[in-house]
Amino acid sequence: MAEETRKMAFICSKGNLDMAYPALIMSWAALGNGVDVTIFFTFWGLDLITKKRVDKLELSPIGNTSMKMSMMGLPTGNLGIPNWMAIIPGMTAFTSWFMKRKIAEVEAPPVREFMEMLSDAGAKLYGCKMTADMMNLSPDDLIEEAQEIVTASEFIDMTEGAQVVFI
Amino acid sequence: MSTQTATTILESLALDEEGFLLDPQTWTREIAQALAQAEGISELTEAHWKIIEFSRESATESGASPTLRQITKGTGISTKELFALFPKGPAKKVAKIAGVGKPEGCI
Repeated sequence: MAEETRKMAFICSKGNLDMAYPALIMSWAALGNGVDVTIFFTFWGLDLITKKRVDKLELSPIGNTSMKMSMMGLPTGNLGIPNWMAIIPGMTAFTSWFMKRKIAEVEAPPVREFMEMLSDAGAKLYGCKMTADMMNLSPDDLIEEAQEIVTASEFIDMTEGAQVVFI
Repeated sequence: MSTQTATTILESLALDEEGFLLDPQTWTREIAQALAQAEGISELTEAHWKIIEFSRESATESGASPTLRQITKGTGISTKELFALFPKGPAKKVAKIAGVGKPEGCI
């Protein structure tokens, strides 16, 4: 009568602040529903588990058509942040700060704390071997919840039968 | 609680399709124990009760059953412990046993 546990695997390939959250939130939901979770951090996604980067993830207003000024409470309708404004020094810091505030408003934790929660809840977190080689990173450069670096092939082996979500 | 007692209680309950208690007002500690057994938790310890009571209070106050993060923040019980106390999916298990609705938040 042993029912097989559902398995999900997430591939995080983006290092922007806003792209860190989808996989983390869905992983947390999956763990809460008793689903096994494995997360593989590759390319810029490795930033999410790199000690020096995890607390400094950013969101740039450049090329971001979804970030409207009305998000900041301005009566500007569909107007985005003008591209000429986005090149002002400090604008990326501003939009990153603003997004962090919006994230905190819905009680979502910062990325580093989220990683700790996921690991405590049983998620397995792995760094990508090729990316680590490319960026000259060793396991010591990664947060303690994710100090194992595996190859793409190993990830494929360990996620047999899992539903894979690429972000 | 014997399995038989638990079964008798469970049979008398009005549950929805997913096994949530339809009327939270009808909840009792005995019902919680029976529901816990049905979820594979043979005995509710003090830590389980702390979580259950917090969930009920929180649901009464806010009208929505708490998310896992609200539970760990509110009770001081760690994520690790919460997942050990309610293994294989604490989100629904806690809500079912506490007789509160399905959690509506994501985190």
